[in-house]
Amino acid sequence: MVRKVVRGFYAVAYAVKLCRPAVICAYPITPQTEIVENLATMYANGELGNCQYITAESEFGAASILVGASATGARTFTATCSQGLILMSEVLWNAAGMRLPIVMVIANRSLSAPLSIWNDHQDSMAMRDACIIQVYVENNQEAHDMIPQAYKIAENKDVMLPFMVCMDGYKLTHAYEPVDLLEQETVDSFLPPYDPPIKLTTKDPLTFGCYAPPHCYMEFRVVMQRAMMRAKKVMEEVFKEWAELTGRNWGGLIATDYMDNAETAVVAMGSVVGLVREVVEEMRKDGKKVGLVKIRSFRPFPTEELRKVMKDVENIVVFERAVSFGYEGPVSIDLKSALFGHSNAKVYSFAVGLGGRDIPRDLIRKCINNAIEGKVDEGFHFEGVKEFEEVII
Amino acid sequence: MKITLGAVSKPYSALKMKTGDWGTHWPKVDEELCTGCGTCEMFCPDMCIEVVKVGEEEVNGKIKEIKKAKVNYDYCKGCGLCAEVCPANAIKMELKDIYKV
Amino acid sequence: MKFFFSSGHGACPGCSLPIAVKNVLYALEGKCFVVNPTGCLEIISSQYDRSAWGVPYIHSVFENAAAVAAGIDAALKALGRKDEGHVVVFAGDGATADIGIGCLSGMFDRNHDVLYICLDNEAYQNTGNQQSGLTPPGSNTTTTPAGKILPGKIGRKKDMVAFALAHKIPYVATASVAYPNDIRRKVKRAVEFEGAKYIQILCPCVTGWGINSNETIKVARLAVETALYPIVEYENGELVRVRKIKERKPVEEYLKIQRRFRHLFKHPKGREIIEELQRIADENAKRFGLDE
Ligand SMILES: Cc1ncc(C[n+]2csc(CCOP(=O)(O)OP(=O)(O)O)c2C)c(N)n1
Ligand code: SF4
Ligand code: SF4
Ligand code: SF4
Ligand SMILES: [Mg+2]
Repeated sequence: MVRKVVRGFYAVAYAVKLCRPAVICAYPITPQTEIVENLATMYANGELGNCQYITAESEFGAASILVGASATGARTFTATCSQGLILMSEVLWNAAGMRLPIVMVIANRSLSAPLSIWNDHQDSMAMRDACIIQVYVENNQEAHDMIPQAYKIAENKDVMLPFMVCMDGYKLTHAYEPVDLLEQETVDSFLPPYDPPIKLTTKDPLTFGCYAPPHCYMEFRVVMQRAMMRAKKVMEEVFKEWAELTGRNWGGLIATDYMDNAETAVVAMGSVVGLVREVVEEMRKDGKKVGLVKIRSFRPFPTEELRKVMKDVENIVVFERAVSFGYEGPVSIDLKSALFGHSNAKVYSFAVGLGGRDIPRDLIRKCINNAIEGKVDEGFHFEGVKEFEEVII
Repeated sequence: MKITLGAVSKPYSALKMKTGDWGTHWPKVDEELCTGCGTCEMFCPDMCIEVVKVGEEEVNGKIKEIKKAKVNYDYCKGCGLCAEVCPANAIKMELKDIYKV
Repeated sequence: MKFFFSSGHGACPGCSLPIAVKNVLYALEGKCFVVNPTGCLEIISSQYDRSAWGVPYIHSVFENAAAVAAGIDAALKALGRKDEGHVVVFAGDGATADIGIGCLSGMFDRNHDVLYICLDNEAYQNTGNQQSGLTPPGSNTTTTPAGKILPGKIGRKKDMVAFALAHKIPYVATASVAYPNDIRRKVKRAVEFEGAKYIQILCPCVTGWGINSNETIKVARLAVETALYPIVEYENGELVRVRKIKERKPVEEYLKIQRRFRHLFKHPKGREIIEELQRIADENAKRFGLDE
């Protein structure tokens, strides 16, 4: 293992290479571009073996190319975000229904309009219901480590679903961080070659992508839900195996800090977790009974795990990086429904850092304190917003 | 009912669908006129008319197969295309008995 | 099962799509992977547990067949399985010329080893005869209905042959389902070329065109004999062959037997459209030297 200071995009591109994908296909979009540029360089230098690297005409085309490749039995990779992910969305729903374990990195970025290239989670949240596994990573080491794990989980016969590794655009993709880069032998010993139970082949000419009339459509949705639920167990197992193999234990579907005897749980996903953890540590030093709950897997949603850790807390503070307009933040929506009937905790939900707005440490502390001290109402708030006047022109 | 991974289906599973009752007419092949040329077979949209060997004959000292068009009424939709394209005019479309008053 | 496409599919009686498909698969002896976007062919042949296909087949969505095919091509190359078979797309005119044209351009541009066949029934037939970029002028579709003022579709049929040629792909041809031998020959010729191939086959639709179930072949022949549907063949950008016409027929002969054009014979603007169509036919005959 070599520790190197690398940027996030390189950390994931390098991990992808170690997973020996057969077909890589993507379309550039800020801030994902450097991921595929790095893969293109490896391809140009002959470092990707027999892999085919295809420059698609759009994200829609890229996702479609991977549907064909994956159905033919190839391990596939793509990366995108924001407008690109939304453009892919029709195909990604289709890939999930066809049970194709395509792995992709989402360099999380906000959605237009207004146009913004900066980070929040609105893009991947829009794909929440598509039967695609979504894991949010906190730093570049976790992003690097997640790639081989993503393949192993997605390609598990009990799962067979697409997988999104969500890493915050710029904040992680472009950040320099020290990363222990995996060795090829380590990945090879962990991740077997892709051998799907069914594939397109003239030797056994199956029909893929059938339509289902009302007499059988619903059953296919039932088995998709089952696959997602089975994925929880598979993920726990793979995460554990990874921890044993590399010594790096990232936790399960959730990871917690300071949650023993915590009265207030602070929930976050993605790169903001690091900052939130620091604030929680400081508050602990001040004698405040706060703890951190990092949600790693947003789909499948860690319902049981959250119920367990939140059992005795009085306040829950959620830092949201997206909005379900007309309702509230998507994480607290799901969290509340998971805890309904299991907890009487008050839930305070704060949308922060939308479209790349800075998330200062003081803001995080203020939000948590306000919730603990009852200075804000329960429910949904935008935080870090400037004073403004809403006008027509 | 079996629910397969990703709704994948077996080849030719459509054969379970007998479409022979869709049409009002049947094609009837006049074996006297049929030369076994296979034109109808190349055109039938439902893969239900086929040229098959019905015997052999000797032509100039050589053994030649005698072939005639045979209809599979389990699937024939009675479109009438075979009758239309037959160069020997060997196929007539006949009203099915159940439609006769 | 020499046609690799079975009975029991759900096409309207007399539909010409299966005729094109069976002849293509026959020519390739079933050694192929089929990609088929949403449309009539997909709906009639790929209901769950009711597949008519005897070759590996995939349907993804309406507008991405060319890209899915490119993915199969890439996977076969990466996995060292190129010898398993050809990659063939069967796509409707709407899937090809309208909604899927971006993916098609990408596939042509990257020159994947794919035979792309457009089954041209000149409208969105699966959804009930709405106009497409390949609907000819004057056609009465449900989105270009003949009304008191408008005489059906205004505008021309998109020139997809020119589109394909502009991408400098090695093989481009048109065909008509009236001539299955020609289809088979062209398919065999096409797959001799490495790279992207485009064949557009005219496939009359019984319901959308308003013809009898036993007339699809006759109509497919008349389209060629009037020069409204020129049958051409390009290799490496060169026109190498055309289907000559012995005695070119006036377009009226073709139009009058189809419900989609019948209004032209009484609509105030109908004459104008018929003349326009005749002009198009004359242009085709001249441009490709169709008259014998
Ligand atoms: C994105 C999307 N838009 C619209 C549709 C509805 N739709 C399904 S098939 C079809 C028309 C197909 O037309 P064409 O490609 O010409 O094939 P045909 O059915 O005529 O053979 C339409 C509009 C769809 N399935 N997906
Ligand atoms: S087309 Fe006519 S002559 Fe030829 S095989 Fe068929 S029925 Fe016989
Ligand atoms: S009537 Fe139509 S379906 Fe029946 S055999 Fe003739 S061509 Fe085939
Ligand atoms: S609507 Fe037209 S194209 Fe579709 S199955 Fe019927 S005849 Fe064929
Ligand atoms: Mg069409």
